Amino acid sequence: MGNKQTIFTDEQLDAYQDCTFFTRKEILRLHGRYHELAPHLVPMDYTNDPDCKLPLALIVNMPELKENPFRNRIVESFSEDGMGNLSFNEFVDMFSVLSEMAPRELKAIYAFKIYDFNVDNYLCKEDLEKTLNRLTKEELTPEEVELVCEKTIEEADLDGDNKLSFADFENMISRAPDFLSTFHIRI
Amino acid sequence: MDNDAVFYTDRSGRITSNPLLDQLPSYQSLLYRRKSSVSGTKRRSSSRGRTGSSSSGKWGMSSFTRPLDKPKSQIEQQDIRELAKPMAEKRRDKTQRLEEARELSSWRQWRQSSHRYLKRLRDDAQEWMSSMKLWRGDIHLIEGMFGTGILSYFSFLRFLVVLNLIIFLIKFSFVMLPIIIAPYASGNITYNLNDAGVCTVYPSSSRLGLVIFHEHITDLLSGGGFLEQTYLFYGYYKADKIHFPNITYNLALAYLLSTIAYLFLSLIWIVKRSARGFKRNLVQDEDRFQSFCNKIFAGWDFCITNVNAARLKRSSLLYELKTDLEEERIKQKIADRTRKEKCRIYFLRLILNLFVIGVLAGCFYSIYIATIFSQEAQMTKIKVNFIVDLIYEYLPSIVITVANFITPLLFSIIINYEDYSPAFEIRFTLMRCVFMRLTSIGVLLFSLWSQITKCEEEPCICGYNHVLYSCWETRVGQEMYKLTIFDFITIVAVTIFVEFPRKLIVKNCDCGLAKWWGQQEFAIPQNVLEIVYGQTICWIGTFYCPMLPAICTIKYFFIFYIKKVSLINNCRPATRPFRASSSNFFFLVVLLIGLALACLPVTVSVAQINCSHACGPFVNYNTTWEVLPATVSQLPSGAQKLLFALSSEAFAVSFFVVTCLAMFYVIALAGAHKRVINQLREQLAMEGRDKRFLIQKLCQAQSLSTSRSPVSRPQPRSGSRSSPSYHTSFSSNFNEGVFLAHSPPDSSTHV
Repeated sequence: MGNKQTIFTDEQLDAYQDCTFFTRKEILRLHGRYHELAPHLVPMDYTNDPDCKLPLALIVNMPELKENPFRNRIVESFSEDGMGNLSFNEFVDMFSVLSEMAPRELKAIYAFKIYDFNVDNYLCKEDLEKTLNRLTKEELTPEEVELVCEKTIEEADLDGDNKLSFADFENMISRAPDFLSTFHIRI
Repeated sequence: MDNDAVFYTDRSGRITSNPLLDQLPSYQSLLYRRKSSVSGTKRRSSSRGRTGSSSSGKWGMSSFTRPLDKPKSQIEQQDIRELAKPMAEKRRDKTQRLEEARELSSWRQWRQSSHRYLKRLRDDAQEWMSSMKLWRGDIHLIEGMFGTGILSYFSFLRFLVVLNLIIFLIKFSFVMLPIIIAPYASGNITYNLNDAGVCTVYPSSSRLGLVIFHEHITDLLSGGGFLEQTYLFYGYYKADKIHFPNITYNLALAYLLSTIAYLFLSLIWIVKRSARGFKRNLVQDEDRFQSFCNKIFAGWDFCITNVNAARLKRSSLLYELKTDLEEERIKQKIADRTRKEKCRIYFLRLILNLFVIGVLAGCFYSIYIATIFSQEAQMTKIKVNFIVDLIYEYLPSIVITVANFITPLLFSIIINYEDYSPAFEIRFTLMRCVFMRLTSIGVLLFSLWSQITKCEEEPCICGYNHVLYSCWETRVGQEMYKLTIFDFITIVAVTIFVEFPRKLIVKNCDCGLAKWWGQQEFAIPQNVLEIVYGQTICWIGTFYCPMLPAICTIKYFFIFYIKKVSLINNCRPATRPFRASSSNFFFLVVLLIGLALACLPVTVSVAQINCSHACGPFVNYNTTWEVLPATVSQLPSGAQKLLFALSSEAFAVSFFVVTCLAMFYVIALAGAHKRVINQLREQLAMEGRDKRFLIQKLCQAQSLSTSRSPVSRPQPRSGSRSSPSYHTSFSSNFNEGVFLAHSPPDSSTHV
């Protein structure tokens, strides 16, 4: 490439290219986006791996996430501390998993995390109800919500414990035709 | 103890974490991160890692990343970026792998690094290719505003543009180019008209004398007059063979083979494109098997960035869910139908289907009449009026368009009385519309053919009506050209004169009529049918009008922008959403039906109808197909024998038998797989129950032993536990014993 950029060392860019589904150009672009979320917090020079995290509130206001009913859960699932504060690594990770080139298995893992509101490794009825309410902004009657949740568990639960473990979820997602095309954010 | 006490939540609502459950391999496969930095331990020996775990506050469980690396072979390690680990761990993995790589032999090192280099190269190439894709930015914008359903329509349009361009290139390079360069490359064109008989008379149709301006317009719109003797139509290709200095180029053969080539290429390309969707459709066993799961977990389009689009997506999801619940209710109702009701419904359906058939027959008959009238009007050459002449020329197209406008409305009214489930209603109506649209072209061609082969004295001298149709292929080409132009004009006119005013009225006028009419919806199925109809005409017409693909490319190019502008300004997304996954498949299936229907007339005219003796490359042959046997007879005898063997009955029958056997085998295999899947599913359910049972027993045993030993050492587990006695006794008595002695098998999720 012609221009020398001083944001990352070549080694760092190499590592990013290997660990994510992005190319060098896209990583630099992502850094630009990350920087413009909080220009005074995020340093332009990442060569010495600064420890800088942006809070949840800033990230969920990004145009790509703003209209998403699960934006809080998405950011929380990718943050190390579980509170939604993302470092640049986690930021890139998040968009890499949500990019079009990530394989289905990887996306299924993170989708499970996102939909698991109470973080108990199971998608129980309450999780499903919360998901449904976020999706429809609570315009279904409680009976309808109940019915839909029941049907969902009925369809996907394999081991008969009335909630969905990751195995159930992955099996169901592998047969959901729309998953790959909808679980995808363009940035 | 209660049956499921282990799984109950405690007072604060969180699942009481059970250390036993933590250690199960299926738990281990989840990827919650831990705050501690124990992640540096080697993942290969995951059983050891468990003892030292300390979990973070919020993420109650201690769990590990999936041990995906196979310890044996280093080369087949999974791509780092496909591991579900945090970035820091992935980078550590990468440095770890690099270090390990240094210990390998240099051959393996070179292999690894070249492998990485190639992968990097491939990624870059893919990115470059996708940046070269036509309309990338526009489609991105549409996706953000309207979601993936409408996006599939536009990417389908893009596919057709590229397909038509390729078809045009094939025709151009094999048919037009030799003729064009013949004078410059000192080529000698041979063209022997068989005998100067009555069949070879081809009166010129160019206008003589002073030509009024509007006649030029008529010619441009109808393909007659000055356009007739151009490269546009079949009749102009008056070249049998072209003798270049070194080789002889058989133009007639090239014409025929390029036709077969473009049909074949379209077939292969469409099938390849639909393979993905087809596989997915096959996997979905029953129709509504996972409708709810799919809608809840894969229903929200994460690409949506627009507030309005989000609101619309939400309401469409809501609509879908309500429809599904309604469907359940209707299914129940259908199952509860009495015998008498069933008879009534079937009888009603029969009547309505007969009515539909009657309507279709009426439409086809009117197309037939219109075509004959139009042909006779053009033949008599009595010019009444500029506008009236144009209407006579375009009469078949007008009738087809009107019929295609009325019949969908009629079908959607009728289907309400037939009492099917909503999903089936949509599909059935669509199938009827598809049938209507595509068959109307067939009827048009049939009526043309009947005109062409009708002579005053039977049988025709030249095999066709040489008096009226001295060059009948050009006439057919002109009809196809007219259909294409009219189709384009219709789309533009409807957009400008119907959709824009509708939007203005609805936005500015507050009357009840405007509210009832509502804003335009972008109805995907109808739009797709429109462009498939255009493409079918293109496929049929390319044989008679070799420049038609180029015209269609330009036409679709403009349609893209027109539709995009109309969509963004006038439309709101349909309330009845069209799922992206099935839509791609649906588009390609309809396109395949169009291709199949297009092959039929082309085949008939190539093989059956006598080609005209006055124009075109096939003047020396009886039918177009005869070129092939004539060429084959001039090949060396070895090749001849081979070709005859390939086309003999023996070969065809044995090929057919082998194909049938292969098909039966594959069907049997699929059936066996299905059975195995069912068995495995039952087994899984049973295993789940076993697991619960065993854990309950363990807990019972443990509670018994704690009741016997009152002293319990407090064991510091992480802070999230809320029933200390339960855990401390557990951990004190079962710390060592409960750990699984062997390393866990590959997790259940690692298929």
